[in-house]
Amino acid sequence: MTSQAMNTLDPAIELRGRRGQGLPRRLALTLGPPLALFGVFVGLAYLISYVILSPGRRWLFPPPHEIVKNGFLNGRHLHEQLTALWDTAQVSIVGLLIAFAIGVTVALVMSQAKWIERSLYPYAVLVQVTPILAIVPLIATWFGYDFTARVVVCVLIAVFPIITNTLHGLLTVDSELHDLFTLHHAGRIKRLVKLQIPHAVPDVFVGLRVSAGLSVIGAIVGEFFFRQGTPGLGRLLDVYRAYLETDLMMSSLLFCVALGLASFLVVGFAGRQLTKNWYEEGNR
Amino acid sequence: MGAEAPLADTRSEAVEPGRELLSFRSAGKIFPDGTEAVRDITLTLRRGEFLSVVGRSGCGKSTLLRMASGLSPETSGKVERPLGNIGFVFQDATLLPWRTVQRNVELLAELDGVRRSERERVAREAINRVGLQGFEKHYPKALSGGMKMRASVARALTTKPPIFLLDEPFGALDEITRGALNEELMRLYVSEQFAAIFITHSISEAVYLSSRVLVMSPRPGRIVAEFDVPFQYPRSPELRFDADFAGIAGDVSQALRQGYE
Repeated sequence: MTSQAMNTLDPAIELRGRRGQGLPRRLALTLGPPLALFGVFVGLAYLISYVILSPGRRWLFPPPHEIVKNGFLNGRHLHEQLTALWDTAQVSIVGLLIAFAIGVTVALVMSQAKWIERSLYPYAVLVQVTPILAIVPLIATWFGYDFTARVVVCVLIAVFPIITNTLHGLLTVDSELHDLFTLHHAGRIKRLVKLQIPHAVPDVFVGLRVSAGLSVIGAIVGEFFFRQGTPGLGRLLDVYRAYLETDLMMSSLLFCVALGLASFLVVGFAGRQLTKNWYEEGNR
Repeated sequence: MGAEAPLADTRSEAVEPGRELLSFRSAGKIFPDGTEAVRDITLTLRRGEFLSVVGRSGCGKSTLLRMASGLSPETSGKVERPLGNIGFVFQDATLLPWRTVQRNVELLAELDGVRRSERERVAREAINRVGLQGFEKHYPKALSGGMKMRASVARALTTKPPIFLLDEPFGALDEITRGALNEELMRLYVSEQFAAIFITHSISEAVYLSSRVLVMSPRPGRIVAEFDVPFQYPRSPELRFDADFAGIAGDVSQALRQGYE
């Protein structure tokens, strides 16, 4: 800020002339480099299909336009993939919401006393380090092979980042702000509601953003094992694999990626909208 | 009640002039790790007094202020604090980023359980008093350092404290903003008639604002000198160029240097 000295005398000066760069320019800067790289990837894909692979082995790596034609433009294939996508999306969204509720609750409890944090934290870590594939058979045995079991897998894989980030936010409030609350005899609840929880909001979203991607992974991983109930993208991938339909495997993979990306972006956008007035870009 | 009605009205009836508001009697503070932060502090703050404490970083000034507020209780001697509210202004504005200026200024009244309409009124008055009208709906992010500090002072004003404790409140601001805020603080001091302990490492700021200046020296923190500043309030900025002013500032400066030898 260059004009700080003047602000005090005419505070309005500061608020003028602080516009970001034009939106088109920002978009070009954000999207340009990854799009250029995307072009390089497509080129590489053609190189593999047409130059490296012999025509007889081309099915191993079908060229991009084949993937688009069979995976996205063929009505039947598109429909079955979109149905599967919707199914997987439901599982991962419900899983993420439950992980959010559990994660924030656990963090709130942990923030209340050091001994509670010490007691619970090792188990949170255990949940995180347990290989999810190793625990899926047990989950299937306990919860059956349908929606519930798949959601449980999502929750297990997505809950940890929410716990740690929320806890971090709750515990890193400026000590002077705590002093201010102490001077006014604020109890635990007031402190939590008026100080610690709002302070933790940006951190909760950091955790949610990571967990959004994890939850999609959890939903797809779960399906590989369960193979019952309505088919999601994971099961569809398995079916395509059985028929060696590499083009459809790739298009389904792209749908998986799109789902993960969409969750990540939606959560990120929600977080930014909520806190955009609070902090400078990139701060906190 | 009009917007310009003094915030001080409840207190001016209750306290006679010159009454003792806060006192340290041989108070000391040793931290749990064994560090002796301050030793044998004796001072009294009377109604209407503006007391500055100068000293280098780490000489225990902030500890002294935290002892005065009760945030950090003394480990020896005695500190007698008032029962009512104390206005504490920190070096950082310590505003809540998720609250607008208006809602930030309402915070303390809210914590004290003041009902909504009343705290909105008190906050609006305090905002006018520090010259932030028009910025009620802004978030702290959109304010300059000086404006944030004004909001912080406004927040402290809402509780009508008889005592203000200010911990290097303008230390992070540039010289010009700092000068302007010194004027504002002086004006508030004259109109609101609170007593204040003001921590600073600027000698000129201390002499300009205070009726009394204490000099602290470190390890352990103790008071090594005390100066009365006899100039009438309100003081004008030109006072800083007065020969008598320079004389007192020179004495304080010398006491500071001696405290370190």
